[in-house]
Amino acid sequence: MTDLTQLTLRQAHQALESGECSSLELTRATLERIERLEPKLHAFITLTPELALEQAAQADQLRARWRREGGELPPLLGLPLAVKDLLCLAGVRCTCGSRILENFIPPYTATSVERLLTAGMVVIGKTNTDEYAMGSSTENSAYGPTRNPWNLRHVPGGSSGGSAAAVSARLAAAALGTDTGGSVRQPASFCGITGLKPTYGRVSRYGLVAYGSSLDSVGAFGRTAQDVALVFSQMAGYDRRDATSMDLPLPAIQLEDDDSSLAGLRIGVPDEYFIQGIQPEVENAVRRAIVSFEALGAFVSPVSLPHTEYALPVYYLIAPAEASANLARYDGIRFGARLDSDNILDLFTRTRGQMFGAEVKRRIMLGTYALSAGYYDAYYGQAQKVRTLIKRDFEQAFEKVDLIAAPVAPSTAFRFDEHLDDPLAMYLEDVFTLPANLAGVPGLAFPVGFDSNNLPIGMQLMGPHFREDLLFRAAHAYQQTTDWHQRAPSLS
Amino acid sequence: MTDYEAVIGLETHIQLNTKTKIFCSCKADSWSDAPNTNICPVCSGLPGVLPVPNKAAIEKGMLLAAAMHAEIQPLSYFDRKNYFYPDLPKGYQISQYDMPLARGGYMQLPLPDGSVRQVSIHKLHIEEDAGKTKNENGLRLIDFNRCGVPLIEMVTGPDLRSADEAAQYLTRLRQLLRWLGVSEADMEKAHLRCDANVSIRPKGAAYLNPKTEIKNVNSIEAVREAVGKEIERQIREVEAGHKIEAWTLEWDEDAGVLRKMRSKETEADYRYFREPDLLPVRIHEEWKQKVLSKLPELPLERRNRFINQYGLPEYDADILTGDRSLSEYFETAVKTYSGDPKRVSNWLMNDVLRMLNESGLTADQLKLTPQFLAEIIKLVDAGTINNNTGKNLLEKVQQTGRPPAKLVEEEGLARVSDDSAIRSVCQEVLAESPKEVESYKSGKVTLIGWFVGQVMKKMRGKADPNIARKILEELLG
Amino acid sequence: MLTLQEVEHIAILARLELSAEEKERFRRQLSAILEYAARLQELDTSGIPPTSSVLPPRSVLRPDAVEPGLSVEELLKNAPRSENGQFRVPPVLGLE
Repeated sequence: MTDLTQLTLRQAHQALESGECSSLELTRATLERIERLEPKLHAFITLTPELALEQAAQADQLRARWRREGGELPPLLGLPLAVKDLLCLAGVRCTCGSRILENFIPPYTATSVERLLTAGMVVIGKTNTDEYAMGSSTENSAYGPTRNPWNLRHVPGGSSGGSAAAVSARLAAAALGTDTGGSVRQPASFCGITGLKPTYGRVSRYGLVAYGSSLDSVGAFGRTAQDVALVFSQMAGYDRRDATSMDLPLPAIQLEDDDSSLAGLRIGVPDEYFIQGIQPEVENAVRRAIVSFEALGAFVSPVSLPHTEYALPVYYLIAPAEASANLARYDGIRFGARLDSDNILDLFTRTRGQMFGAEVKRRIMLGTYALSAGYYDAYYGQAQKVRTLIKRDFEQAFEKVDLIAAPVAPSTAFRFDEHLDDPLAMYLEDVFTLPANLAGVPGLAFPVGFDSNNLPIGMQLMGPHFREDLLFRAAHAYQQTTDWHQRAPSLS
Repeated sequence: MTDYEAVIGLETHIQLNTKTKIFCSCKADSWSDAPNTNICPVCSGLPGVLPVPNKAAIEKGMLLAAAMHAEIQPLSYFDRKNYFYPDLPKGYQISQYDMPLARGGYMQLPLPDGSVRQVSIHKLHIEEDAGKTKNENGLRLIDFNRCGVPLIEMVTGPDLRSADEAAQYLTRLRQLLRWLGVSEADMEKAHLRCDANVSIRPKGAAYLNPKTEIKNVNSIEAVREAVGKEIERQIREVEAGHKIEAWTLEWDEDAGVLRKMRSKETEADYRYFREPDLLPVRIHEEWKQKVLSKLPELPLERRNRFINQYGLPEYDADILTGDRSLSEYFETAVKTYSGDPKRVSNWLMNDVLRMLNESGLTADQLKLTPQFLAEIIKLVDAGTINNNTGKNLLEKVQQTGRPPAKLVEEEGLARVSDDSAIRSVCQEVLAESPKEVESYKSGKVTLIGWFVGQVMKKMRGKADPNIARKILEELLG
Repeated sequence: MLTLQEVEHIAILARLELSAEEKERFRRQLSAILEYAARLQELDTSGIPPTSSVLPPRSVLRPDAVEPGLSVEELLKNAPRSENGQFRVPPVLGLE
């Protein structure tokens, strides 16, 4: 009997189609595996087994009707999905990895999640995250860290560490994450799976608890580019509840099983991403992958993104500034935790001071300072202008190439507590992923090898605005001719 | 002894009368609703929700800007104004900072001495309202119903020179807002809110002295009173050799006094930055023209036109243009009447206006249409009915909605000018009142009025009293 | 680089109560981050417009039509303290 949890979305769909298994069986198998492995991994903050079984039963009913009436079985019907605990699901608590929202139950569902529910997916739980998406290792979760399925002493990456670990450990074939500064691509890379950061404005942010509003995006994890494309196609598109969602048609993303030619595709390799300090095995694996693209027919050439080194200071002024305002609503009045007092000032400062984690407080302080009177021009103001330069770098590069290839992180998954008292060192982990968020361009991360410690190495492709189709096409071709993405961590 | 002049600027917040709030689809008007029954995740600032701007709010803002002669900007941005307060759910207010909906603007205020005060507008932007805090039995309670209602903030330059002018400005502003149909502008319901900035300086000086800010004035009269008192206070202080400090004062309506508010913390640092959840508002020429094509002739313009075109006195013009539908009623009546506009104005200002005030209707809601009014006046002019009958006819037409001519016919209200008919009634009256005839013949000639009255009574007011009088005099010798 | 006073000022602006230890730790860490961020000053950005959104500017507006919102119960479900359908907060502002 096939281990149902090892199936990709595509394979699981075929199994449901052929009647080889039911959604209930698939869901139960998933929940059993979770029960076994969760104590080790802690990928989830809240599991929703009853809800999942209910949804699976409904999916099976719809499948029975399809069997009678014919037509096409919807590709995501009855398949389990994990959702990062930053995306609201009505009636289920949404903690955002924070103590402040420990008991917050939203009365609304995020549009991205809603669309996948409409497509028939089964939500098995809310995954662990750095508090309010602020972090690169999921160590900042108030509910304890998640462990990397490839090595339990190493971080899974962050902030979507829970979702990445879940997919990597086969606790779900697909999961939703969010990417504001690399929080989908970096954990995908650390956990050896495929992860998409869509173009800003491509997927609705309604129901996504805001961190950096001009940078946030809802992304997806899967074990193949095909799977991720499936989830993306379903959740993307204009939403009238999000004034920053673009009303543009989705390109058809057809990824056939023998699609592996990239003739005509121009890939640029930016020197600025291959800096000193990258783990040599990471650089080698990425360069080897780029050679593979050439072998598949792509034309590879150098490009320059001259302002890359400034992405980090720009991001760490803009994101905290927006966050400082986005997190001002946590005041203990309408929802969330509250440490009462006899005056309002204390109510606010005590609740927030004692219930936000250190990283969150640090970024709120940083953001408040960057916006404050007398400092706005030098910090936030200047950062906004340099952001324009970074965006223009990409625009100019995309006049010459179709895609840009680069590493995702300077190293493979690091150990817990590696950057314990050095926030700046932690921030430096994000150097390669931040630029895409600042420019709003889409990025797709996928595995290209392993280091000598058997930790996964990922690379990313970045494309012009709204050209996710190019990313999927290239990654899919690569995955047709390599098997890094098929390797699984050895967990019992 | 120095002559001082007051320097007053007014900061107003205007609640737009759109159906829904500015960034969500909740009802905008919740004046009579129970607390927290008019909210949604967006306006109550729950995590993960996003604002989506209301097109009608922008369009009403555009109309107001145009009516205030301000330049509508082709590109304007929303900004976050960051501060903490229990009734501000997001911990920031979505407002506009350096790239607002409109720039410049003015209102030309007609003053009683015939001159015009040009009041400049320094700020005109759109923003969202916050909730309401109530103090009840020592508890501080918050109601978020009002969160997200669209507001226009409009700030004048320091151009007003007296408490009366301040009141006048607000009166004209209120009139304009109702005229345009962008706000109910009822100060008691907080549709129109005002803070006043007051300072004084020697007459003729060009510099500005420190100003005080007056808050919590909830009616035009309160503004007049509070500003007046503050001007007096400042003059007293300066004469006594003291300096005016930039206090914030709260008006106590019951006691009729201003009190110094506890001084706020140092000037708040609002840390304005562009609202990332909203794209800038792009107003193309086409959209602008479409909206502005709905811009009516403005109240002051119409007032001046009525003076010039119809030769009306200022007093009449003011009353007739006090309300837009009344002014339109007047013009339609004048066009139909095609006679002396002053005549129409008199009828309108006395009887019809009283009818409107008593019934609470607006002029366009009357069954007594302007055409009917013109008809009635013409009937009186022609002598078909007399003046009193005419006045009564107004009521009858309003009640029934039937054309005046028809009512005159049906109820036999036409004035009787027929000599013989009147003559016989006169003879009747004289025959029935021998004592009075005796008195008259003995010299009490003032009784003629009484005789005429009796004839009118018998003829139910329809007789031409002049003819009756002549006949009586003839009969009495 | 940042003084303790500045840290305290920002903490008040952001409504965050910090322990003495936190203030000192943040002072150090934020100073390091801000110093790193100061390298942005190297760039000549005269004439460069700021990017407040990566999307092209265009008006996205909603029609003026009422839609149902939340019921009082739903809104108050998550409320820590309420009274008669309203949210309760301490009566004193506490700002001096």
